Amino acid sequence: MNIKDLLHETYTAITANKVRSGLTMLGIVIGIGSVIGMISIGQGAQQSIQTSIESIGSNLILVMPGQSRGVSGPVSSGRGSAQSLTLEDSEVIQSDVNGVRAVAPEVDSRYQITAKDKNTNTQVIGTTNNYTSVRNLEIDSGYFFTNEQNRNFSKVAVLGTTTRDDLFGEGAEAVGKQIKINGILFTVIGITASKGGTGFGDQDDRVFIPLSTAQRFLIGNSYLSTINIQVQDSNSMTQVQTEVTNILLKRHKIKDPALADFSTMNQADIVSTASSVTGTFTILLGAIASISLLVGGIGIMNMMLTSVTERTREIGLRKAIGATKSDISKQFLVESIMLTFLGGLFGIILGWGISILVGKLFSVTTVVSLSSVLLAFGVSAGIGIVFGYYPARRAAKLNPIEALRYE
Amino acid sequence: MIQCLNINKIYKTANLETQVLKNVSFTINEGEFVAITGPSGSGKSTLMHILGALDSPTSGQYLLGGEDVSQLSEDKLAHIRKNKIGFVFQAFNLLPRTTVLRNVMLPLIYANIPENERLEKAKKALLAAGLDEDRWLNLSNQISGGQMQRVAIARALVNDPSLILADEPTGNLDTKTGEIVLATFSRLNKEKGHTIILITHDQEIAQHADRIITIRDGNILEDNTLSS
Repeated sequence: MNIKDLLHETYTAITANKVRSGLTMLGIVIGIGSVIGMISIGQGAQQSIQTSIESIGSNLILVMPGQSRGVSGPVSSGRGSAQSLTLEDSEVIQSDVNGVRAVAPEVDSRYQITAKDKNTNTQVIGTTNNYTSVRNLEIDSGYFFTNEQNRNFSKVAVLGTTTRDDLFGEGAEAVGKQIKINGILFTVIGITASKGGTGFGDQDDRVFIPLSTAQRFLIGNSYLSTINIQVQDSNSMTQVQTEVTNILLKRHKIKDPALADFSTMNQADIVSTASSVTGTFTILLGAIASISLLVGGIGIMNMMLTSVTERTREIGLRKAIGATKSDISKQFLVESIMLTFLGGLFGIILGWGISILVGKLFSVTTVVSLSSVLLAFGVSAGIGIVFGYYPARRAAKLNPIEALRYE
Repeated sequence: MIQCLNINKIYKTANLETQVLKNVSFTINEGEFVAITGPSGSGKSTLMHILGALDSPTSGQYLLGGEDVSQLSEDKLAHIRKNKIGFVFQAFNLLPRTTVLRNVMLPLIYANIPENERLEKAKKALLAAGLDEDRWLNLSNQISGGQMQRVAIARALVNDPSLILADEPTGNLDTKTGEIVLATFSRLNKEKGHTIILITHDQEIAQHADRIITIRDGNILEDNTLSS
């Protein structure tokens, strides 16, 4: 029996009872559809978290002050509250650590900001010109303040798009206009390009001003809240992180690293932690969806067993005219594989639909990857083999004499 | 040539042994039209299963065209049925929702005959079985009983078997159509030289053959060649 004849027989058998075949297939369609849909949501979440982490810059190491403790008391004011990092620390890292591309010191705090007739409360970041390259910041219109403006304590500001929208109206021209931060007048010189904020808050709701201006007029001290370090290549992340830690320990005269008054964060670590969390999430969603796939598979087996019983006489006849065990077993196996394969095909379409629908309705990123489609095809054909094997074997083992007599 | 030598068939159930065939021996030559007859329970069905390579005897030899097929494996028996035996059943056993032509071609599909030859052979067999050409593309459940049995005969003929086994072929037909079907067998035997074994309990139907083997209680009671 060649493949063409086998497919012809399969087609006849499946179309002989369209409703039953259709309903059985529906089990697989729903199973595969939900697996594809769920995995697309999981992978979408993974991708959006990854992009959002990477959008804060690449090969980034962040140094933040440690927690401040009272001289003798156990009360902590929280991580990052200590005043331990200075501009000199940042300059030493830039000049003494190998493999550092750029360093951007940063102070940040929230202030009330007013424009002509609107106001908002947002994060004000005081930093240097390096910030744009270190944190992957692009300028949409105007320009980012220069090092000279930083040295001159210039009262200039660069706005994020959200802040611009809040202060001047959506999409309004803001460059050249004036705003007041904490009552001090600043001139807007640039607008950053939108980064799209998901996951870690709106990255477009910020105001950037020169570090020197921020320290002198707004904060009133010379400590830093973060040192952003961009490393030359991703392979030297760990090495740079260790060197930075050692230099700062030495400068701060701390012998026991456990007592460090600062902490460092490696972007790669954040990405891998987040990926492993979302990866688990994806597996969990997929596993829940596969239960329905299992139920669909049992449906296939049930239908095939019924079909074998119903067609006992036909099997007897086929054997009488010379069909071997393997001919019969192949016929039923191909039938169940065909059912699951077609079910898988429609399931992929359904899952794709679910993924697009979920993406639109709940505005989350969903990704249908080639690997999950291939996996779905493989799994559905596999289910056909696994759940079709027993009925097919049962058909093949029928005794032709008894099968021909079967009423 | 078909030779049965001391064929015994014993069915064993839990603690009961039933001997259905007892030392049955006979020879059927090529081109003979033989009826095997006997009341129900006589062992004629068991004998037919053995002759049709559907079953193996407990002991004894069954030679089909010189080849001993009495102790072959299941797959080898399937191979014998595919190439050497054509069956015609009482209940026709056509595939439903399938055209007449496709039904006749079914044995050729299992015998891996190339597609272009199949149609040729099927048409020849249908003509030989005497089914009108305008029925060939009908579905098998859209034709009359007599026509169905002729499709079954064509299916049995299509592989040019050395033996055609007809098991109560007229049992589901009225007398008149039954006569036509039996006439078809006679014609195939006389004109094309096919070896035909007709299994029936009905003495009257058995008269259509040239030789009648009567079985009772697992023994051959009579073996008469009729003078026509």
